Amino acid sequence: MYDSRKIITGLIIFFILVALPFIWNLGKAAPKPDPKIDTPVIQQMAEKKCIELKAVMKTGHMQMLDVWRDSVVRDGNRTFVATDGKHYNMSLQNTCMKCHSNKKKFCDECHNYAAVKPYCWDCHIEPKEGA
Amino acid sequence: MGMDRREFLKLAGITTVAGLSGLTASTILRNGLSEATQFSLDPKALIGKRWAMVIDISKFKTDEDYTKVIDACHRIHNVPNVTDRAPNLEIKWIWKETYGHAFPGQYVNEQEHEYLEEGLKHKPFIIHCNHCDNPPCVRVCPTKATYKRPDGIVMQDMHRCIGCRFCMAGCPFGARSFNFYDPRPYIKEMNMEYPTRTKGVVEKCTFCFERLAVGLKPACAEASNGAMVFGDLKDPKSEVREILRTNYSIRRKPELGTLPSVFYIVGGKNA
Repeated sequence: MYDSRKIITGLIIFFILVALPFIWNLGKAAPKPDPKIDTPVIQQMAEKKCIELKAVMKTGHMQMLDVWRDSVVRDGNRTFVATDGKHYNMSLQNTCMKCHSNKKKFCDECHNYAAVKPYCWDCHIEPKEGA
Repeated sequence: MGMDRREFLKLAGITTVAGLSGLTASTILRNGLSEATQFSLDPKALIGKRWAMVIDISKFKTDEDYTKVIDACHRIHNVPNVTDRAPNLEIKWIWKETYGHAFPGQYVNEQEHEYLEEGLKHKPFIIHCNHCDNPPCVRVCPTKATYKRPDGIVMQDMHRCIGCRFCMAGCPFGARSFNFYDPRPYIKEMNMEYPTRTKGVVEKCTFCFERLAVGLKPACAEASNGAMVFGDLKDPKSEVREILRTNYSIRRKPELGTLPSVFYIVGGKNA
């Protein structure tokens, strides 16, 4: 093989460079997100439950918010009838965040972990925390 | 592999039945699983066919009468006050305008005459989005961020606005303002019940769609002490129709054919 020394050195350098980020971050896994729902409003609730089942909210809140947004802004329908028949005002600022007033621990915890950056808070006012 | 005709037909029949019932089962299952939810209007919501505003300008007497309605709107909608920093980038939903600027046709063109009533010449008019029946801003919006609702309100969906400002060019009334900066630092007191806007979107008066949805009249009409009357133009028994029937009223730039839903009563009895 011609130039085997150069080629092998080059290959070694290449593999080191490729593997560097993995080696660098070895054993430094980001901590599992731990969203909290222990806000004062939720603490006082007799039955601690969200508008839909926890599993539904966990996996589907983004679709739900998207549908809500279109329903409220485009169609003007503001009342959401949940599966259990209860009525809710479809509003991120005035319904969701009234209970989940801990945006940092409730929203950001997972969103940062999953590296998603929803632009809700560019316009919608987040609740004042620790106030 | 032997399969006679009889066996084949049996198998085909069973498969068909299984397939059909399977389909039904999955449909039932899917319907059960899908969100058993619905959306509805608030029973208190005000419903109209074409919302309109009648402004009796003779009822605006002092400076305070004007600031009262402007503040009422700008406060609840988190409209930033950027005038100190950049007067030419002003953001406004409702504002004061001179007669000459508000009604250029009447003032500088064919109907112009320099002997116009003194009071009218210098009297500021209260101006907000006309919620035109034929809105040019809606026609030019490339993303349908601004659109006309069935009740006549020319609305905007801030989620869709890309900040192209075609609507600002399209609107002949200057009703729209662009957010050149993040508006938050310029909002003195935030109304936590209503969102702000973000940098790069166009905003304007929404006829208080969020208040109508819970059965309230627009904030300016409520604060105006009867000088601004809000109602349904398509309802012959409404207050706005009654006022329009009994008073001479004008609209801004009628020659453009945008059919504004905001009417001005100039020579009111309170003049």
